[in-house]
Amino acid sequence: MTQNRPWIPYLLILPSVVFLGLLFIVPLVQTIWLAVSDDGAPSPANMQRMVTDINFMQSVRNTFLLTIVVVPVQIAIALAMGTMVAKIGRGRETILWIWTIPLGISDLAAGLVWLSILQNTGYFNSLLFSLGVISRQASWLSYQTPVALFIAIAVAEIWRGTAIVMVIIVAGLNQVPKEFKEAAEIFGAGPWTRFWKITLPLIRPALQSALILRTVLAFEVFAVVYALGGRNFPVLVGEAYNWQNQNQNYSVAAAYAVLIMVISLAATLVYLKAFKVDPERLP
Amino acid sequence: MKRITSFGILASTVLGFASPVLAQTVFVSTQLRPIEEATVVRQDLLKDAGKVDYVVEEPPQFAVRMEAEAKAGKHTVSLIGALHGELSPLADKDQLEPLDNLAKKLAADGMPQSLLDLGKLGKSIQQYIPWMQATYVMAAKKEALQYLPKGADINAITYDQLIEWGKNMQQATGQPQIGFPAGPKGLMARYFQGYFYPSFTGGVVRTFKNADAAAGWEKLKALWTYVNPNSTNYDFMQEPLAAGEVMVAWDHVARLKNAISASPDDYVVFPSPAGPKGRGYMPVLAGLSIPKGAPDAAGATKIIETLTTQKIQLLTASKVGFFPTLNVQLPPDLDKGVALLAGAVTKTQAAKDAVISLLPVGLGDKGGEFNKVYMDSFQLIVLQNQPVGDVLAKQGAVMAKLMTDTKAPCWAPDAKSDGACPVQ
Repeated sequence: MTQNRPWIPYLLILPSVVFLGLLFIVPLVQTIWLAVSDDGAPSPANMQRMVTDINFMQSVRNTFLLTIVVVPVQIAIALAMGTMVAKIGRGRETILWIWTIPLGISDLAAGLVWLSILQNTGYFNSLLFSLGVISRQASWLSYQTPVALFIAIAVAEIWRGTAIVMVIIVAGLNQVPKEFKEAAEIFGAGPWTRFWKITLPLIRPALQSALILRTVLAFEVFAVVYALGGRNFPVLVGEAYNWQNQNQNYSVAAAYAVLIMVISLAATLVYLKAFKVDPERLP
Repeated sequence: MKRITSFGILASTVLGFASPVLAQTVFVSTQLRPIEEATVVRQDLLKDAGKVDYVVEEPPQFAVRMEAEAKAGKHTVSLIGALHGELSPLADKDQLEPLDNLAKKLAADGMPQSLLDLGKLGKSIQQYIPWMQATYVMAAKKEALQYLPKGADINAITYDQLIEWGKNMQQATGQPQIGFPAGPKGLMARYFQGYFYPSFTGGVVRTFKNADAAAGWEKLKALWTYVNPNSTNYDFMQEPLAAGEVMVAWDHVARLKNAISASPDDYVVFPSPAGPKGRGYMPVLAGLSIPKGAPDAAGATKIIETLTTQKIQLLTASKVGFFPTLNVQLPPDLDKGVALLAGAVTKTQAAKDAVISLLPVGLGDKGGEFNKVYMDSFQLIVLQNQPVGDVLAKQGAVMAKLMTDTKAPCWAPDAKSDGACPVQ
């Protein structure tokens, strides 16, 4: 029937296209224009203002550092978790359910949870104190302890963001046919070889989606950092927020937004190229 | 006939649902935002003011909302409660109703003419009615007093004495015990504009990068070695004070009130320190104003009249720690914590070496960037230890551009200027 009326599929996707056009493309174009114009004329002033700001280099460095540390750890943990539950028969659902609890918590709430653990009067200090490791409150989140602050933020981000990677990877692992592994076992392949030669190549599409999603989200990290580090750990989205909200300069905020978009698009392209997925395996 | 009947039913139903909504006077405020304070406003202060919908807005969102309503020509807000500096851009755009009749009445009721004049925002007609006032003070745990340097008078403390006090406390307790609200929502920028700069340079904008300023920053660096490094995370100082993280703190009276009211016997409250040019001090004045095109100007006028009665002004002081604009005596049974704060405010106002610094005006929506100049200088000089001269030269250029862009003339304590306030 569709063959007689080839316009039907287009008609069906039309509302979503219009919706995206109105609520995504238009603001996007407006944001880009806001970033590259000054008083209604094209101008690099806002970009210059952004690049010469005292927090710019630091926020770029912090954002990339966090992404480079957090994403691989999350992928590794998620792969380990996914492979572990694959062996479990009864109770698998319950374990998966518990593991995905952080998914249901908002970024800011997650940041506040970790703040209550790590702040001066928090649980972590209380524990160290009761064990006799420290004799008075130690601060972990101040500008004088950048390494501890970075580790705290990375741990909180890993805790919060690993669940979504795991969900994608478990879905990918579920699609790997058992026959392949059984055949490999018969030919004497050990668990490591099976994982490396069979499982990993077969879950490539899932890995690719997980990597793209997590990396883009890592470049957009904000609430956890804001809750734990405040002004002490500038990141790109945090700077966009400050320029928009506190400094009331929408143009420089737009410049940051455009920069974040460019970085995210570039990262996505890199993953698409690096993890070529066979066309027949695409949905 | 049937059609008319059903239309009538429909119309009366619509009106029945619509009228209670219309009867609410929308009162948007940038002050008394925390949930406890907003509850006090709704339940106590506005009890006799008719049907009021008290809505709180953060200052940046407030500016956006007022701008949007003015541009759209569709007004929902009937009454505004905001700071002097937040109302000034609205007055510049001619968006506020004249309130001269109310002002005359309040002058007769005992509101000082000097305060009412501030409400004119430099124009010939009354732009807002002074609502409540506050300032910034220092608070200390009583146990910290034993470390006060010899001969120092807590009510007339200097920066040198504060530094020595901080040193003594650190030596005795092993921890830096002074705290400042330098977190993302803290009011640290006001410290620089109202206290630090006037104390060391006698100005705010003109003197931004001169030799006095450079010497002041060196002093602040010396002080900062005894300041708790968590200060860059503190928004309201009442929390670290109450939690015992710091013994001495500087902040807005309303942001110290909870800690001090909870255990008034444990604290002393006193004026901010003095520098070589005097004791900088920033009075904070909040006002009430009716935007042009307000849907319920009569209701708004009634609320202003309620909030400026003697009874409600005193209730405001005891409940939320903002002080009356009417010339009234605070009652003897006032909340003990508020009485402590009020005492420090009076001592600050009465200090012989006080240097009054007004809230920035005329910067329009560049107020945030103006604050940023001070906060960036602080970050670079104090936290990152960069050379004072270089930082002040660079940030001074940023400030000079900001002043020429906005054409904002100087305000006290800077000497008056023709046109934009110069950075000398």
